[in-house]
Amino acid sequence: MAIEVTDRSVDHVTEAIRVAVPDKGLRQDLRAISIVWRRELIRFRSDRLRAITSLVQPVLFLFVLGTGLSSLASHGLPAGIDFRTFIYPGVLSMSVLFTAIFSAASIVWDREFGFLREMLVAPVSRSALVIGKCLGGATVSTFQGIVILALAGLAHVPYDPVLFLTVIGELLLLSFTLTAFGVMMAARIKQIQAFMALTQMLVMPLFFLSGALYPLRGLPAWLTVLTRFDPLTYIVYPMRHAVFTHLSVSPLASAEISPALTWFGWAVPVGLSLGMVAVMGAVLLGIAIVEFQKTE
Amino acid sequence: MSEPVVLVNDLVKRYGEVEAVRGIGFEVEPGETFGFLGPNGAGKSTTIKILCTLADPTSGTARVAGYDVRRQRDTVRRNIGLVFQDTTLDSYLTGEQNLRFHADLYGVPKNQFGPRMRQVLEMVNLWDRRNAEVATYSGGMKRRLEIARGLLHAPRVLFLDEPTVGLDPQTRSSIWEYINDLKKREDITIFLTTHYMDEAENCDRIAIIDHGKIVAIDTPENLKASVGKDRVQISTNDDQAAMRELKERFGLDAAIHEGMVTFNVESGEHFVPQLFAELTEQIKSVSVARPSLDDVFMSYTGKTIRDAEATAGDRNRAHIMAFRRGR
Repeated sequence: MAIEVTDRSVDHVTEAIRVAVPDKGLRQDLRAISIVWRRELIRFRSDRLRAITSLVQPVLFLFVLGTGLSSLASHGLPAGIDFRTFIYPGVLSMSVLFTAIFSAASIVWDREFGFLREMLVAPVSRSALVIGKCLGGATVSTFQGIVILALAGLAHVPYDPVLFLTVIGELLLLSFTLTAFGVMMAARIKQIQAFMALTQMLVMPLFFLSGALYPLRGLPAWLTVLTRFDPLTYIVYPMRHAVFTHLSVSPLASAEISPALTWFGWAVPVGLSLGMVAVMGAVLLGIAIVEFQKTE
Repeated sequence: MSEPVVLVNDLVKRYGEVEAVRGIGFEVEPGETFGFLGPNGAGKSTTIKILCTLADPTSGTARVAGYDVRRQRDTVRRNIGLVFQDTTLDSYLTGEQNLRFHADLYGVPKNQFGPRMRQVLEMVNLWDRRNAEVATYSGGMKRRLEIARGLLHAPRVLFLDEPTVGLDPQTRSSIWEYINDLKKREDITIFLTTHYMDEAENCDRIAIIDHGKIVAIDTPENLKASVGKDRVQISTNDDQAAMRELKERFGLDAAIHEGMVTFNVESGEHFVPQLFAELTEQIKSVSVARPSLDDVFMSYTGKTIRDAEATAGDRNRAHIMAFRRGR
């Protein structure tokens, strides 16, 4: 059923404008996803401060911490491998970590400033809104990751197109999962302070347990177990794998600093590792959609 | 199209212990401007939320634009425009971007968006400011943009929840000019809530709501006529003597209000010449006032709207807390 309303003439527009609002359907939902996604991009573009501030932390880790520790760490690394090269994949994941969670936080802001209501009262499915938001957060944070990716040369990582495409794909996957996680939390948490405090509390353990800063090899049993439960582990591993297969490193050295991710001694294939992140993203997205279906 | 555009039957909404809406029923005809008048906490916002599909009724039914608000939620939503009490704009986007967002969510056909946007923006005089960020808009401009946005998808009913609350008197009256103007241009029904008596005068019909119940429903003129009496105020050299004389000669109970002898009569303009002719006490000044909606509210609820707001305060807080928990 379509609704048609004819307007009488208005000063500057002499012809009557008929607005026919279509029925709910896939096309409508796709259009809703697209505009929610585009809004994220528009807001990101106008918020340069946020773009710059969220680059500070990864740059600090890579160049300040990385350089500071490089002489100390060089004893544990094979000859010719820079510590900065080693932590580079971890720093990449870190750069999207903050931006993705922050994108989700904007839902809490939207609630506070009323705009969320404009979205929730619209005749579109809630899943379209949540998917649009997650895609928007994923795009924006992947873009942040690409800025760090541009600095690859400074960490002695080659500018290889295949490597870059692989890493960008992996960053997208990670960003989407993280944004879905944030959106799921934002459905429940109504205060921005509480949201920020909770995510801050979660972000650092996620980062430290992921093996971003050290190889997942020869660790005490308790730490090994914890690292296997960290979702970030399953994305840092494929990214480091991608980086080190594009470096000219001996297989022995590669096994030493980029060891296979194991479950009880079984080496997890890269594809499975990525698949786990994808499944996690899908599950979190599903929970987020269910949560938002309940929200008024 | 003679079918009512809003049809409400025995509507009840309970938040835990608090009964915010206690069995109301009414109809709104197409093209009407229908006002819900009552103090804060009387159940106005709750009713509007139910009609806009933002809250489910505890019992009773409501149909908007011919659709059931509970079972045909999305169809109702496509047929209504909403302007809330609090702003729901993205202040980081421009006016045009806010409208584009709305158009995409409501599925306004792309080739119609441009001309329609121009139409609604010109209607509220914001066409020139469409490329400015909403953060730079004044309170009145934001409210106008929200009205334009609410009209963008050409809804059959426009809901305005306290459209002028928080605005200064001058901006308030300008918002009303825009609302009255859009009535002339658009084929639309307007449903609004207000607790300002003077604004209720702009409506074709008013429902007076108090403690979750409709106590009166009619045109402003009829409501005022139902209160009946005009208020006459006179001042004399000896007010006490004048009051005695009014009682003896005319059987009127007068009292001193605002420093003047005040009493009510059926038809003030016919009574005053008689008063001048027959009252021995000399009259220094006289005023005759038709009943206002304030008097109407007073006669139906036994209190002024301000008194009602003071006592409704506690009820209202309990209601808000219950509502927050309910979210």
